[in-house]
Amino acid sequence: MEPTALQIVWFGIIGLLWAGYLVLEGFDFGIGMLLPILGRSDSDRRTMINATGPVWDGNQVWLISAGGMMFAAFPLWYASLLSVLYLPVVLVLLSLIVRGVAFEFRAKTTSAAGRRAWEWVIAIGSLLAVVLWGAAFGNLVAGIDAHALFANLVITDGKADLTASTLVPMPSLSVLISALNPYALFTSLTLVGLFAAHGALFLALRTKGELHQRAMTAARVLAPVVLLVGAGWAIWTQVTHGPAWGWAVVAVAAVALIGLVPATRAGRDGLAFALTSTVAAGAVVLIFASVFPKVLPIRLDGVDISTAFDTTIALGSSSAPTLTVMLIVASIAMPLVIAYQTAAYRTFSRRLGTTA
Amino acid sequence: MSALDLARWQFAITSLYHFVFVPLTIGLAPLVAVMQTLWLRTGADHWRRLTDFFGKIFLLNFAIGVVTGIVQEFQFGMNWSAYSVFVGDVFGAPLALEAMIAFFIESVFIGVWMFGRKILSPGLHLASIWLVAIAVNLSAWFILAANSFMQHPVGTHVNSANGRAELDSVWTMLTSSTALLTVGHTMAAAGLTAGLLVAGVGGWWLSKLLREKRTEEASGYRPAVRLGLGVALTAACLVIVSGHSQGQLMVADQPMKMAAAEGLCQTTDGASFSVAAFGDTCEEMADTTFIEIPGLASFLATNDATDTLAGVNDLAAAQAAAYGAYGLNGSGYIPPMAATYWSFRAMIGLGLIALLFAARGLWCTRTKATAAEQIRFGQIAPWLIPAPYLASLAGWMFTEFGRAPWIVVPNTSADSAVRMLIEEAASPFVDGFALTTSLVLFTAVYGALAAIWFRLVRRAVLGGALDAEPPASESSEPDHLVFAY
Ligand code: HDD
Ligand code: HEM
Ligand code: HEM
Repeated sequence: MEPTALQIVWFGIIGLLWAGYLVLEGFDFGIGMLLPILGRSDSDRRTMINATGPVWDGNQVWLISAGGMMFAAFPLWYASLLSVLYLPVVLVLLSLIVRGVAFEFRAKTTSAAGRRAWEWVIAIGSLLAVVLWGAAFGNLVAGIDAHALFANLVITDGKADLTASTLVPMPSLSVLISALNPYALFTSLTLVGLFAAHGALFLALRTKGELHQRAMTAARVLAPVVLLVGAGWAIWTQVTHGPAWGWAVVAVAAVALIGLVPATRAGRDGLAFALTSTVAAGAVVLIFASVFPKVLPIRLDGVDISTAFDTTIALGSSSAPTLTVMLIVASIAMPLVIAYQTAAYRTFSRRLGTTA
Repeated sequence: MSALDLARWQFAITSLYHFVFVPLTIGLAPLVAVMQTLWLRTGADHWRRLTDFFGKIFLLNFAIGVVTGIVQEFQFGMNWSAYSVFVGDVFGAPLALEAMIAFFIESVFIGVWMFGRKILSPGLHLASIWLVAIAVNLSAWFILAANSFMQHPVGTHVNSANGRAELDSVWTMLTSSTALLTVGHTMAAAGLTAGLLVAGVGGWWLSKLLREKRTEEASGYRPAVRLGLGVALTAACLVIVSGHSQGQLMVADQPMKMAAAEGLCQTTDGASFSVAAFGDTCEEMADTTFIEIPGLASFLATNDATDTLAGVNDLAAAQAAAYGAYGLNGSGYIPPMAATYWSFRAMIGLGLIALLFAARGLWCTRTKATAAEQIRFGQIAPWLIPAPYLASLAGWMFTEFGRAPWIVVPNTSADSAVRMLIEEAASPFVDGFALTTSLVLFTAVYGALAAIWFRLVRRAVLGGALDAEPPASESSEPDHLVFAY
């Protein structure tokens, strides 16, 4: 069954929401991960947290929207992805919880040791969240291994017998273990590197003085690493799963990645931040392009067998009237959201410094 | 324990936990906004200090409310995937609307309010807290409409081609009488929660300072106490009025829940209301009933003390006839009796206590009240802070237990094919190991957070609003860190 235009539009919207989440929350994660590295003094770390403090909560809502819209537009996608990747999702949620409260709890803690502890929670929580998101996206693209899903898979002549409607699910643990495969972990590594650079650049944009210098140095050091890992991931993804037009995305990302090296060397924090944002958005586009038109690819020894389970977006979506109503609401609400969120960013666009 | 039981425990624990923080957020946001408005209008310093003081408590509460809410949102897909697939077309819509229309506003502007005091004009800074206050209340409307859909599905039908529920009108769903009454009742409950918190904390300080003969400082807390009590008294009245209407609607829409709430076995004319009954089945309860008020249950249900109230056994038999056998004589359709009965009574009892206390408190803190009266009031006030919390938890237990065994209760006046049993709703791929792991992890993390949260709130409260210098900004960042160009 071919997806309708409406379904494709919704698939695109959900891609955009995830892109918004990774571009925006990406630098919050990055600054979190860099907290113990760049924040040498208490006041440095305070400045770093204040750089994202006013905006991180709003950034996170991009995730909540992505989840809500996935539920409303593609219930089957929402339900199968989250229940099959149950344990990885639990871990993501836990890391988001502890990291999220740590910002507020730290601000209300008066002892230096207590604040230090919360800073470590922010750092580790951010790192863990990025690693797990990377693994989740890796599995979304590469699909779940059928062996990890079904205990009684019968294979005859290299083909799985999927007529058996009595397939028995494997323990969730086996999915967790198979979720930590090389491609997924390489996706995690790519996101860690990218977000560290992205966070360093946002920090550079929002600060002046010594901390600004240190952030720029970090971005300069990270740029070639991100170039290598990012290019490797993009090509790996495109070659194994991407559609032909995915090469255009890879090309744009490649230009941005290459440009990142001179841009950071020249100290152009604004330009370099735009480049890492482009790469983050490009990664999401590539992920969604690779998944399309599947809900959750299930693969047997590398071969996609998920069509046997009827899990395309065409079959997994809500009805056309629902998609239409939601589209109308989204096209009114989301521009407003973007407008006031931009205004909030402008309010806090002044560089932070210490007058000590 | 079966995977289904684990999933139910997890949902119950995480949502009750989320709802510990929700009512205070919903109720306190407008109260802080009112305090800040009064400060701007009157210029009175005590309003500035009270805004800071309660703002701090609000932010701590909000932080946990947000992170636990994220778990709630994803849990539908994780633990209840069969449910999500069946009703996603309908149920997903309010969740998506909530994120787009309410959560973005509240989360963006909470950041603006927290960090914007020195950057924004006072008017804009005030506008940001009002936006937060409006958005949290809007969010309540959307999510409660989603919950009301499970209690009484409207604006939907089942598509016979794919067997899934489909949305006819999101507006019908958002404005069903179940949804609107639930919103009113829950907002009133939130107002009661926040009002008694403000009165309790303010009252504690009032009485402490009066005892120490620091009358001047004590008078700084009186306006907050009076504001809190006024809100609490109004809210308590609204809770009762809306709750009574909900009860009447329930008799029409979910008669089984009301019958369980009264422990009523057989259909009865002029059913009485009992204050206590013990046992797990209606037969046991009928034998151990204490203090019966004749006709009251019927009166509450229909405003007529002689009216007929259906009993659980008859209702169960009717459901068995309509939807197939389930348990002996349809007994599978009967919700857990004791839990439904007692949670209903706990909610109402705590609500009545709160009402009396708020009224009495307003008297004890009137302008001519003696110091002794105010001190006594202030010593009791903190002990009433938990009452509305417990009432809300009881209210949810009542609403959700009374719905069992349905996750979506069939609506007999619409497409009754839009119905689902809880046991059909769980995720087929999630096993006991995964559920045990997540249940243990969530419970442990939630428990630890609660302990830390309590300590931080306690310290904020003991810090006081009036004697200490208020922090430079609500985020309590030191002054040497400035926004500079
Ligand atoms: C009556 C109100 C109410 C109820 C029944 C629920 N919530 Fe809630 N929720 C709120 C009222 C609220 C709120 C007042 O808007 C919160 C609470 C504290 C807060 O900070 O915002 C919130 C926060 C909150 C967030 C984070 C929002 C943000 O980042 O700003 C999410 C994703 C959810 N909730 C989702 C849910 C789901 C899926 C529920 C169903 C089980 C649920 N909530 C029950
Ligand atoms: C935050 C307020 C809420 C509280 C405190 C609450 C409470 C509960 C409780 C105690 C249970 C367990 C009942 C049982 O085991 O039989 C439950 C179950 C459930 N509730 Fe609610 N609920 C809340 C809001 C919601 C909302 C808003 C929804 C939907 C949008 C919802 C959906 C469910 C589901 C899916 C279950 C699992 C099925 C079940 O076990 O009954 N709940 N809830
Ligand atoms: C004093 C008289 C009260 C009455 C007659 C009353 C009545 C009701 C009824 C009938 C319901 C069930 C609605 C349904 O399942 O469809 C309900 C639910 C609820 N009640 Fe109350 N209630 C009272 C007091 C309170 C108080 C004091 C609080 C908290 C401060 C409270 C909080 C709740 C909550 C949170 C729910 C669940 C949400 C909902 O379904 O509205 N109630 N109440």
